[in-house]
Amino acid sequence: MSAAAPSVRERLFGSVGNTLLTVAMLGLFVTYLPSLLRWAVFDATWWAASPATCRAMGGACWAFVHEKLRLILFGRYPFEEQWRPFAALLLTIMLVLASCSLRFGARAVIAGWLLGIPAVIVLMRGGVLGLSFVATDLWGGLPLTVFLAVGGILGAFPLAIALALGRRSQLGIIRGVCVIFIEMVRGVPLVSVLFMASFMIPLFLPGKLQIDALLRALIAITLFSAAYLAEAIRGGLQAVPAGQEQAAKALGLGYWQTSLLVVVPQALRLAVPAIANLFIGLFKDTSLVGIVGLTDLLLATKQALGDPQWRSFSLEGYLFVALLYVAFCSFISHYSRALEKRLQRQVV
Amino acid sequence: MSVVAIAPTRVARGWNDPSFRALATQVIVLAVLAGTVAFLATNLVGNLEARSIRTGFGFIWQAAGFEIGQSFIAYGASASFGRALLVGLLNTLVVAVLGIVLSTLAGFVIGIASLSRNPLVSPLARLYVELVRNTPLLLQLYLWYAVLTQMLPAASAAPQLLPGVYLAKSGLHFPVLQHGAGLILVAALVGLVAFAGHGLWARRRAELTGAPAKLWPGLLLLLLPLAAVALDLAATTSFDMPRPTRFGFSGGGMITPELTALLIGLSLYNAAFIGEILRAGILSVSRGQLEAAAALGLTRGQALRLVVIPQAMKVAVPPLASQYLNLAKNTSLAIAIGYPDLMSIGNTIINQTGQAVEVIAILMSVYLTISLAISAFMNWYNSRVALKGAS
Repeated sequence: MSAAAPSVRERLFGSVGNTLLTVAMLGLFVTYLPSLLRWAVFDATWWAASPATCRAMGGACWAFVHEKLRLILFGRYPFEEQWRPFAALLLTIMLVLASCSLRFGARAVIAGWLLGIPAVIVLMRGGVLGLSFVATDLWGGLPLTVFLAVGGILGAFPLAIALALGRRSQLGIIRGVCVIFIEMVRGVPLVSVLFMASFMIPLFLPGKLQIDALLRALIAITLFSAAYLAEAIRGGLQAVPAGQEQAAKALGLGYWQTSLLVVVPQALRLAVPAIANLFIGLFKDTSLVGIVGLTDLLLATKQALGDPQWRSFSLEGYLFVALLYVAFCSFISHYSRALEKRLQRQVV
Repeated sequence: MSVVAIAPTRVARGWNDPSFRALATQVIVLAVLAGTVAFLATNLVGNLEARSIRTGFGFIWQAAGFEIGQSFIAYGASASFGRALLVGLLNTLVVAVLGIVLSTLAGFVIGIASLSRNPLVSPLARLYVELVRNTPLLLQLYLWYAVLTQMLPAASAAPQLLPGVYLAKSGLHFPVLQHGAGLILVAALVGLVAFAGHGLWARRRAELTGAPAKLWPGLLLLLLPLAAVALDLAATTSFDMPRPTRFGFSGGGMITPELTALLIGLSLYNAAFIGEILRAGILSVSRGQLEAAAALGLTRGQALRLVVIPQAMKVAVPPLASQYLNLAKNTSLAIAIGYPDLMSIGNTIINQTGQAVEVIAILMSVYLTISLAISAFMNWYNSRVALKGAS
């Protein structure tokens, strides 16, 4: 490793090993890239409505995506009403962006969500304002994925802050309860928590009170992400200088005032990268609700592929959904990095 | 932090007394918890009675009555639910262990490739990491499963990956040893003992003479007995080779497409994360360390092995541990592609017996035990690689 940056030529052919590596890579490109391009672009069928055309062309069948787009994006939600999940999805995304933009104060953000959540529910569920009623088991696709991820993390925040503070509490019993909850939830797979919610919540509630499958999955996701979020926030809490707490105490603030007004806000700010990672993980993990029968983006795609006519084009279907996930997840990670920078500038 | 105790001017009483307040808070929290648990338990008992579900773990001894596609121990439909769970547990453990090994190997390749100075290699590794980390594991499993079951040719046209190793719609077919499995095991054990013995001797010699220990004689000792046995076996040809026929393969060993897809999916997914962890670990070692090693006359290989990697591992082991934990828990996604792991067999049993509470309690405690075992092992390993004397 020399101090000066080596030239491209040196980096390609600088040593025997590197030359071999370069030749091997070029060989790989030459062998596979043309056939890959031919499959994905040149021999691909883009718009034809029949699978027979795709087979005749021999390449990728992107026409499948075109044909089943609304089923993939919205699941079994009634066809004519699909503007409603679309509007609810846009509203949710706008609320998330507005909340993270730092342009609005905490009160405005909370008010936004207090108005926004009922609006989303009314849009999706209907039954009032002349909107026809749509039961939750017909909700599906991309909106469901986004609702579960956003709902899960929003619901997890209060619980996670309580757990993180509890884990650092001086009170032995409270600390014990929080540690047991966090470690137990983190030690088991999300699938098992989803199973527990779907099989056991009905058994644990009084006979007459029943919770529908979507809400049960949301409860499972909330409890699960709360345990992980609590650890992310605890990391932030540990990084807040002890002087902050001491100064707040010296000013005469009590435990709750010190924690909620001085320590927790700083901890959350420090935990932004960890929280963004968690949110990306959660966004991907919502796909597991398909295992307990909710038609999220992934299961909707799988169902679209269940059409015997189009069954042989799974690769195209899954690649398209993969691109959607990549777009969402990389947007979140880039946005969080920008947010982190802005937050740092604010502190200084 | 030094705290100067100041005598209180007034004795705090009741709610203003911190110690009383602490006690009261804890009592209230405990009472609320106990109340919630009691409420849920009462409902549970009532609901189970109303649905006439028998409680208790007695069902474990009843005949399961369902077949399991893949089992590493003897199992038939007349075996008990308990044995079915054991089959599931073994299937889960096999995937977890193989997955950890494979993803670590692939992760090393990805990590080193993304640090490569070759401008063709590192962007490709970065692209791989970005794509894999930003899509759900479940999606990748579906994709691999679809590729393996729909796009691969049938037996007669199956591609031969290695001599005798075929990849077809029906799964991965490979030759199996008919005789001499014991011999190989013995050779592997002898090799391991020789490797460990040489390692200890080389370390002591290195401490005495200051000459750095060499790795290759140990590796040679590890592989020599195996090579000897392999040569001997090759002479007596005791392999059961898979033969493609019109209706599938006859002979040889087989891994089902479910297990193949699960192993490929889990390993490639976790490899992206492990690669990033190793990259961060290696980058955390300051440049000066390498320069100092070079100044001492160590070769680049020695510098990596003796200076950089030990320090990189110190940073990498804790996140590596949580990645292994994730992998072990993610084996539960097997249920989505029909590999009979613990979770999927538990699900079948719940649907047959209705005993959700007991089965989920068993599942969760087994996964908790696996997680605790992995984290205990990694903590032990971490304490070994951590800098001596550092906190």
